[in-house]
Amino acid sequence: MILNKRQVVTALAAVVTLSAMVFAPAVRAEDEAPDALIKRLSVDVLDSIKADKAIRAGDMARVVALVDSRIMPNVNFQRMTASAVGPGWRQATPEQQKRLQDEFKILLVRTYAGALAQVSDQTIAMKPLRAAPEDKEVVVRTEVKGRGDAIQLDYRLEKTPGVGAGWKIYNLNVLGVWLVETYRSQFAQQINAKGIDGLIDTLTEQNKANAKKG
Amino acid sequence: MSRFDMFNLEPTHRLMRGAAGLLLGLTLLVLQGCATVASPDPRDPLESFNRGMFSFNDGLDRVVLKPTARAYQATLPSWARKGVGNFFNNLEDVWSALNNGLQLRGQEMGDSIGRVMVNSTIGLGGVFDVASDLGIDRHPANFGLTLGRWGIRPGPYLVLPLLGPATLREVAALPVDQQGSLLTHMPDEATRTGLTVLNVVDTRATYLRAGDVVDGAALDRYSFTRDAYLQRQRNDDYDGDPPPEEGTEP
Repeated sequence: MILNKRQVVTALAAVVTLSAMVFAPAVRAEDEAPDALIKRLSVDVLDSIKADKAIRAGDMARVVALVDSRIMPNVNFQRMTASAVGPGWRQATPEQQKRLQDEFKILLVRTYAGALAQVSDQTIAMKPLRAAPEDKEVVVRTEVKGRGDAIQLDYRLEKTPGVGAGWKIYNLNVLGVWLVETYRSQFAQQINAKGIDGLIDTLTEQNKANAKKG
Repeated sequence: MSRFDMFNLEPTHRLMRGAAGLLLGLTLLVLQGCATVASPDPRDPLESFNRGMFSFNDGLDRVVLKPTARAYQATLPSWARKGVGNFFNNLEDVWSALNNGLQLRGQEMGDSIGRVMVNSTIGLGGVFDVASDLGIDRHPANFGLTLGRWGIRPGPYLVLPLLGPATLREVAALPVDQQGSLLTHMPDEATRTGLTVLNVVDTRATYLRAGDVVDGAALDRYSFTRDAYLQRQRNDDYDGDPPPEEGTEP
């Protein structure tokens, strides 16, 4: 039988479609790739903000709700806080660790709420991922494109042990500046001067002052 | 205009002498208030001096620059401020083109030259950023960055009077960048001064919101600014992809 080119293409397309239908559920059960996760999350968050007038008006409660429902499930915030606190983390009691996480989270959410309120027509461009399949920690590099210069936005992710648990973000880089590193020496200063409780007090006071500014 | 006029040696010297005097005065002022540093950072051996300079700049900013920038922002509509920013960016792109060339970055140099050509003509002297609408990206580059990309280490962190955060490398590159700026070569002194002031005020106005963010986010604005500045510089030196630093957990 002699097939013409068109028939071959049709047949190939049919095979590809079929195999996609057969294998797709299996692929979905596997871990989502880290760059795919960031892409999905970014698009999801951008779309949510574009559809939410209250967030764009700076409504903090709405921003917190968005962060808690969409972003936090994909973040290992304990590791993020521990890394910013440094060696002092291990000396902190579980109660202190919890308060540090709570206050640090409020500080960060308030910091980024202003940026999220500015979202209008931005899109996310993914940069190529350089990672081996067996890597447990990767950097996903993206760019936010909108009016003006593109904004570099990178993430560090770790693979959570266990099948299907997926990837979690534990550090964030805006314009070349890693978030955790920026807090490390500020936190160390507080701990050296006034101990863990001193740091907790300072964070709490800062959050109170920020809340008053509205 | 003769070649020497173009480099305008006389006023520059006067300015340098003034700056040196100011620097000496400030140094004495700051050294008097020197205290020991609680958590020293190896990148910042002059921390107590720098902290003094930081608060001096901060005070000046609060009293003079920030109110001026706020008034400017309140007076000029955003499209006009956009035009002002575009105009200065276009002047800067000329120097960026040369530095991208010195870094052997053909694409970036070509983009920068293309931007200047498009924006200076169709963009009416740089007021409209037509090049960005055409998808020609900006690649800002000064001589300090060129030195960095050729492997010159930044050296210690320094807070300069009026100019703010820098490293020793930036200070060394400053006279070259000064000569490379088209603003320096404006023949008329009044125009030159006027444009320089406008550039400073306009730039400060674009950072008003960022300043508020830092006020809210930082426990210690000095450390926050320093650590962010040094990371950003390192990131730029390695073109957005620096190797992990020694002794820090990633």
